[in-house]
Amino acid sequence: MTRHGRLATALLLLTVLALGAGCGLVGWEWDTKMSTVQPKSEFGRMTHDIFMLISWWTLGIFIAVEAGLLYVCWRFRDRPGAPIPKQVHGHTPLEISWTIAFALVLVVIGIPTIRVIFKTQEVPAATALRVDVVGRQWWWEFQYPGQKIVTANELHLPVGQTVAFHLHGPDVIHSFWVPQLGGKRDVVPARVNRIVLTPEVPGEYIGQCAEYCGASHANMRFRVFVHDKAGWESWVAGQQAAPAEPKDELAVKGKEIFAQSACVGCHTITGVSAGTLGPNLSHFGSRTTLAAGIMKATPENVMKWIEDPARHKPGALMPNLGLRDEQTKALAAYLLSLK
Amino acid sequence: MADAHVHHDPNIGTTGLDNRKVGMWIFLGSDCMFFGSLIGTYLSYKGKSLGGPGPHDVFNIPLTSESAAVLLASSLTMVLALAALQKSDLKWAGRWLLATAILGAHFVLNQVYEFATFVLHDGLTLSTNLFGSSFYTLTGFHGAHVTGGVIWLMALWWQLKRGRLDARDYTKVEIAGLYWHFVDIVWIAIFTIIYLIP
Amino acid sequence: MATHAAFMPGGATKEAAATGVWSWITTVDHKRIGILYGVTAFIFFLMGGIEALIMRAQLARPDSDLVSAQTFNELFTMHGTTMVFLAIMPLSAAFFNYMIPLQIGARDVAFPRLNALSYWIFLSGGLFLNSSFLFGAAPDGGWFGYTTLTTRQFSPGHSIDFWMLGLQILGIASMLAGFNFIVTIVNMRAPGMTLMRMPVFIWMSLVVQFLVVLAFPAITVALILLMFDRFFGTLFYAAAAGADPLLWQHLFWIFGHPEVYILILPAMGIVSEVLPTFARKPLFGAPVVIYSGIMIGFFGFGVWSHHMFSVGMGPVADSVFSIATMLIAVPTGVKILNWISTLWGGTIRFTSALLFSLGFIAMFTMGGLSGVMHASPPVDLQQTDTYFVVAHFHYVLFGGSIFGLFSGFYYWWPKMTGRLLDERLGKLHFWLMMIGFNMTFFPQHYLGLIGMPRRIYTYAADLNWGFWNMVSTIGAFIIALSILVFIVNVFKTRRSGQVAGPDPWDARTLEWAIPSPPPVYNFASIPTVHGRDELWLQKHGDGHGGAPVPKPAPASAKDIAAIHMPPPSYWPILLALALTVMLSGLLISYYQVVLGGLLTLYCMFKFALEYHRPAQEAH
Repeated sequence: MTRHGRLATALLLLTVLALGAGCGLVGWEWDTKMSTVQPKSEFGRMTHDIFMLISWWTLGIFIAVEAGLLYVCWRFRDRPGAPIPKQVHGHTPLEISWTIAFALVLVVIGIPTIRVIFKTQEVPAATALRVDVVGRQWWWEFQYPGQKIVTANELHLPVGQTVAFHLHGPDVIHSFWVPQLGGKRDVVPARVNRIVLTPEVPGEYIGQCAEYCGASHANMRFRVFVHDKAGWESWVAGQQAAPAEPKDELAVKGKEIFAQSACVGCHTITGVSAGTLGPNLSHFGSRTTLAAGIMKATPENVMKWIEDPARHKPGALMPNLGLRDEQTKALAAYLLSLK
Repeated sequence: MADAHVHHDPNIGTTGLDNRKVGMWIFLGSDCMFFGSLIGTYLSYKGKSLGGPGPHDVFNIPLTSESAAVLLASSLTMVLALAALQKSDLKWAGRWLLATAILGAHFVLNQVYEFATFVLHDGLTLSTNLFGSSFYTLTGFHGAHVTGGVIWLMALWWQLKRGRLDARDYTKVEIAGLYWHFVDIVWIAIFTIIYLIP
Repeated sequence: MATHAAFMPGGATKEAAATGVWSWITTVDHKRIGILYGVTAFIFFLMGGIEALIMRAQLARPDSDLVSAQTFNELFTMHGTTMVFLAIMPLSAAFFNYMIPLQIGARDVAFPRLNALSYWIFLSGGLFLNSSFLFGAAPDGGWFGYTTLTTRQFSPGHSIDFWMLGLQILGIASMLAGFNFIVTIVNMRAPGMTLMRMPVFIWMSLVVQFLVVLAFPAITVALILLMFDRFFGTLFYAAAAGADPLLWQHLFWIFGHPEVYILILPAMGIVSEVLPTFARKPLFGAPVVIYSGIMIGFFGFGVWSHHMFSVGMGPVADSVFSIATMLIAVPTGVKILNWISTLWGGTIRFTSALLFSLGFIAMFTMGGLSGVMHASPPVDLQQTDTYFVVAHFHYVLFGGSIFGLFSGFYYWWPKMTGRLLDERLGKLHFWLMMIGFNMTFFPQHYLGLIGMPRRIYTYAADLNWGFWNMVSTIGAFIIALSILVFIVNVFKTRRSGQVAGPDPWDARTLEWAIPSPPPVYNFASIPTVHGRDELWLQKHGDGHGGAPVPKPAPASAKDIAAIHMPPPSYWPILLALALTVMLSGLLISYYQVVLGGLLTLYCMFKFALEYHRPAQEAH
């Protein structure tokens, strides 16, 4: 038994060491596109501070407990001829004191937690930019009531400006989440939820639905662009303008196809159609991605998408319209011309 | 030696209580959570219906009060049935059991009549509005409990008639009684919360 | 309802002699039912494991198309449902069944036929749920089945029906078992076994059974409302009619959080038996461990909304549920220190059983600590529905429950089979599992922190998730290998394993006072109990100079012949079948529901009156 005991302890130690070394050597990269630990907003920073506070405490407790466990295993391993150990039933003062110690640690964690809960859920000032987020199977609509802008799957925000997101949706529960900008807030049918964020660093961020919402939950992504003041204003101006009229021949033909096909039943293009079941396409050409962030907006991808939406996004509600290749090509050219 | 009492009565255990009785108490505790969840659902949807009819368009308080009185009376007859059985008065035990079952059946028929009126007269169905859904589900499950109780009581009565139930089996009747009183108490809660509180 | 042993002719020898399939189908012996639970649950555990392996294979690389989105959604739904309801709960039930009567010095559970009924209903429910694969309608709404996704509008077809009815059937089985075990523990203890002399495994079992009988009604109601919505057009989850989809979440988690403790407390009980045995010391601060278990169970009902911090409950509710959740960490942490203190000063024998218990402490600690992180709502808003949470609860439910259950297997296997499992293979199993487990789930903490959401069947390559997903997948296959080692061990030692004898570990509690495997009546003479570690007291005394307590007087052949055990019955399996016919009728035809209902009623009568004395015995 002793030999086994030593072996066991050694192996347990090795595992822990290997894990530790794994963390150090491989150098886990934290500054990735959906990292939750590189906050780029006020909300994110407050959350992150609490996360780090709890992490240090729990890491300390973790090391103490695991080290204690290993030490006890090593020190009290069975040796040949060992007598029956003393039958100790407990030690009340010791047990009371560690109960209190745990409770104290929780106080240290609990107080800032509650402070941040209330801070992050304050009623936003009237000056906050309002964005209505509509979560649908499986894409996002973003409405800016103040700016009279409706767009989809790509959210544009001004840096340093507090934004009040009002979240609602018509079908199932989704969750609005941009990891680098802060926590999630669920989109619950028949309710309007709110989350208030203040982005602090310009850049492009990735968002994703974080509540399982059916077949294409994995494909319900979006992009967030945080602009400086000038960039924001120019984006707003571009969106408020009427969609550009197609110029080249292919795009003109595309517009005709769009207007005559089933597209108009679901999609809005200002001045052309007024469908609301699918994303607003008025400024489709100004977006970098399509199909809720799963593809880059290139002519080939737009064609592939139109040809068979459900192939790229299982369960997609948009049907395959059965267009001929040249029709698809024209349609793609038209859509991409809508800057 | 140690298990001498086991030979005496296999159902009496460590606590001196009958296993079946302890089991019934635990079941009733569990059933409290069941009705608690249903009542909670009803209350959380109270006043949330998007259209009528609402509770006070349909409720017939005199009728339901009579139901409540009938069910309360049945608790009394249940107690009398058990007492008679314990005194080996099989004739009256049978009568009281039957009376309890009949009162229970009366309650169920009242409920059937009530539901029928709501559906046919007031146009309130399971899918009319949230009130319809939560009302029928809650009271329906209570009615199902009463129905189950009536079947149970009738079964006991039938056993008694066939000479297969006597004073030695009073625990069987006592357990049915526990269940019956519980169902009665639940009705008082439902009657108060749903019918009486505006 | 109950079995009247005294009215039965025949006796112990009748079933003891019986073998063959029929004897298993009609058995009411808690030990056999325990084995049935164990074997069935282990098969379901393998199925859930295979589902996990397919998912891991899919996620090993970005943009993978090994399985379709639909299949992946079915896999994670069935993996979760299977592991919770068909693997961990019934594996625990195997130990409850086998060990509760043995540890409290009883000859059977309070209601032996009800016990058989629980098993058969559980089996029907498991088969019913998994039969959905055959009909191409595997559930795909997640194990948590959030409405409105699971309403008829967004989930037409039968997949959710299978899930909903399957869970309903399984819930009945769990609750019946719960009533039975509570009565057994409360009312069937050997003389002298006061509540505080009950082994800690018994205490944890008791808390679990209370959680089962009080928490399952909530999910029963949630499922009934869903069933009515889907079949009868009620509006409980219809947002368009003004319903609140969060009603489901509240009801589900009022069940769901106690469920977590239903899954972990049995393992805590096992560890509390294994550590003292192999350290040769009593459990340190046993009363505190017991009270902590009760506290955990009690608080478990007050924290359900910590699964819902992201739904927007408002800061007050967030704060209350956050504090309540943190409070649970106190009794949990206390338990861990008590276990380590149990080892302190002992003479520790590193058997496979002990290694798994040590693994439990080491891994569960980690799961508990990461749980403290998302007890804080701001942190939870980042971590919920990411792989960080997946890592967290696998450290609790795999690193905790599964390690604890395997510890129980190695510890009690000789009691159940009469033969020891091979220790070398056992240690190989442990180390492979330990390495595979940490390889699989430790990187998932990191993946969650860099934003990988749960329940996605694919992910883009530019997010840096690929490498550690690959590591995680390799780890999962190492776990599978370790399970294979266990299976090999079982088959290898079935015939040729070392014969155990009654007490191979120099253990402390009553089950080791009787032969392995125990005779059908368990105890030839019912012991009188003097302390929590009764057998140890009989063997070694209290260690403080007290003499060993007396052993029960040996029973004569005549005494043994006079022991009455309940004879076999086929009504449990018939009743379970009738019930399944009734509930599955909802998918086929209402005529079947009515027919099944009548059959159920008929079987209930036959069940209830099976041992009622015949008429001529009346006065």
